[in-house]
Amino acid sequence: MSKTTATTTITTNSDQVPFFQVRRKLYNIIVRGFLRLTTLVTVGLLIFMIGYILINGLKHLTIPMLTTQSSYIEDTIGIFPNIMNTLYMILISMLIALPLGIGAAVYLNEYATNRRLVTTIEFAAETLTGIPSIVFGLVGMLVFIHLFGLKQGVLAGSLTLVMIILPTIIRTTQESLKSIPDDYRHGSLALGSGKWHMVRTVVLPSAMDGIVTGSILAIGRIVGESAALLFTAGFGLRLNSLFKSLQRSSASLTVALYVYVSERGEMEAGFAIAALLMLITLLLNFAATYFGNKLKKR
Amino acid sequence: MRSDFDHQLNRLKQEMLAMGMHCEKAISQAAQALLDGNASLSEALPQLQENIKHREREIESSCLQLLLRQQPVARDLRMVSAALKMVTDLERIGDQAGDIAEIVKMGNIRGNYTQLPLQQMVEATIKMVNDAIDAFSNQDEAKATAVIAYDDVVDSCFDEVKRKLVEILKEKEVLAEEIIDLLMIAKYLERIGDHAVNVAGWVLFSITGQIDANIT
Amino acid sequence: MIINVQKLNLWYADNHALKDISMDVPRNQITALIGPSGCGKSTFLKTLNRMQDLNPIVRIEGEVWYNGNNIYDPKMDVTDLRKHIGMVFQKANPFPMSIYDNIAYGPRTHGIRARAKLDAIVEKALKDAAIWDEVKDRLRKPALSLSGGQQQRLCIARALAVEPDILLMDEATSALDPISTGRIEELVTQLKKKYTVIMVTHNMQQAVRISDQCAFFLLGELIEYSDTSTLFSTPTDKRTEDYITGRFG
Repeated sequence: MSKTTATTTITTNSDQVPFFQVRRKLYNIIVRGFLRLTTLVTVGLLIFMIGYILINGLKHLTIPMLTTQSSYIEDTIGIFPNIMNTLYMILISMLIALPLGIGAAVYLNEYATNRRLVTTIEFAAETLTGIPSIVFGLVGMLVFIHLFGLKQGVLAGSLTLVMIILPTIIRTTQESLKSIPDDYRHGSLALGSGKWHMVRTVVLPSAMDGIVTGSILAIGRIVGESAALLFTAGFGLRLNSLFKSLQRSSASLTVALYVYVSERGEMEAGFAIAALLMLITLLLNFAATYFGNKLKKR
Repeated sequence: MRSDFDHQLNRLKQEMLAMGMHCEKAISQAAQALLDGNASLSEALPQLQENIKHREREIESSCLQLLLRQQPVARDLRMVSAALKMVTDLERIGDQAGDIAEIVKMGNIRGNYTQLPLQQMVEATIKMVNDAIDAFSNQDEAKATAVIAYDDVVDSCFDEVKRKLVEILKEKEVLAEEIIDLLMIAKYLERIGDHAVNVAGWVLFSITGQIDANIT
Repeated sequence: MIINVQKLNLWYADNHALKDISMDVPRNQITALIGPSGCGKSTFLKTLNRMQDLNPIVRIEGEVWYNGNNIYDPKMDVTDLRKHIGMVFQKANPFPMSIYDNIAYGPRTHGIRARAKLDAIVEKALKDAAIWDEVKDRLRKPALSLSGGQQQRLCIARALAVEPDILLMDEATSALDPISTGRIEELVTQLKKKYTVIMVTHNMQQAVRISDQCAFFLLGELIEYSDTSTLFSTPTDKRTEDYITGRFG
């Protein structure tokens, strides 16, 4: 079969060219200008917020404040208990959520054969991430405190946080598992591995970047969470040991911020906490990117 | 699919046909000089032999090209390799026709030997070469087998020539050279028949993949 | 005969992909499976180490006898089977770990922990796969830092490290350049002294070059199976002839 090459000649009406060109140019300038403006506004807002909080907050963020607890007698404010409470909640909720989330993701991606069930669960997880956290708080209070009889404290708060971060961990782990080529799995099975051996030695190590990124994002979510903790973890500002705090009202940093600002009008302390939270968030984001890239490169 | 390759294979067949026709022409020119007792009838023969040799080289190189570029397998491979073998036999046929003409040219043969079945041998060998090449180009197994069987005709003619020459020697006084030359001519014709058998044998190989026991 | 297949049938859901395949694979020879795409040759290859089991919609009937056992017997230990019948894939698939750990993966899977023993196995496998000289100084480097051809030889070494009887190769050179392909072909011809190789290839010249036996598949059927030089010089079936001479369809 012979191929024929068709040549097309474009004829232009020279009278119309300037008109089209001018209109197009003008259009381009307007669009580009508008887009620049939106970017400028967004970035401006961001810089203003960060700057405003850091300028107003950092000067009040003193060493004594970070290392003591509030004292009525000396009339000082210390957020050390709240830092500890936040750390407790990170520790406990991650201890519960990581095995659960990774296990569920591995099951959904590697073992489950019922596609409909898998998509249903994925859809449910997706939906859960969009629910306002105050709703989680309400459910947490009803279930863990009223139904199970826990006291307001780190344990009830952490369990509620688990509900919030579990979908995130499942989703990120699952995305990471999905991106692992089947070649690895087949390669391992063809060498005579059992399924779990294959998952443990090839699949999970390869998914580590996604799991770490997901965990850091989940920690960020915990640090930033406030509404869900109001009902479940309580407002306590006293320092407790990890074990005692489980069943004792314990305010996280975010809750403390709410308490100091809205109930005591301590704006300075509020800004100090806000600045601290912002620093932590920035740090976590950097960490997520760094570890994600580092593990991916391997 | 592979239409270019098929085209090249067809051209190879054409070239084989042409070379075969030249061989037949060489035999018939030599035979004419012999049978008419006129050596000048084979004057064009050296030119024809040169032509045959040239065609042999050309076919060889196109076979090698086909092997190299198309990497033929199965019947294609057999056809190309058969062609490579066949041209050697065809070229020998041309040579032997030339040898006959040489002997005629020496002029030792003066008498009339119509009692010898030389004419019959010439016709038989021409037919064999013609049929063998034909069988190749049409991939005709029956025809190739027939060519091999037909060699018996040539062989028995040769035996007859031999016997009759012995009789002649006994009966009358003749020039020994004349008898020897006649015997050699008959032998050459018999060899041409053998080469035609080889050609037919390779044709059979290209069709069936079996190497015929008659190929020498 | 190391493998004896009897009346093997395979369905992908309703699609009858392998039809009554029966064939014997001789020991210490290279057997090539050829045929157009979708003819079932790769499907067939993957039935030999039961990799088809991974696909839930696949249904298999028939028998594959290996070492006196039908590998489709419910009592068959698939893990043990795959230890004896190794596989190399179309795309080189080294694990994202070091060269050493890749080779040691199989032995470790089967319970070998002693360091000295693993070292010896790794060295032997890499030597058998003719890649030792290229990697001996960087066994701790990631396997993914190797070139494509080296990765594929590494995968062959990985398969050899569990000391299989049979090596299945699924178009193992189709993604490689001619030089790497040549190396692997040479390697495979060396391997047949110790192993039996069954390979699927799209490259007919490759089948001609290195295989001893050749099987032609078409539309899920085994059309013709004989020694390679016979198949490529005097095939008996018209469909084989048409396919290998490029006049297919």
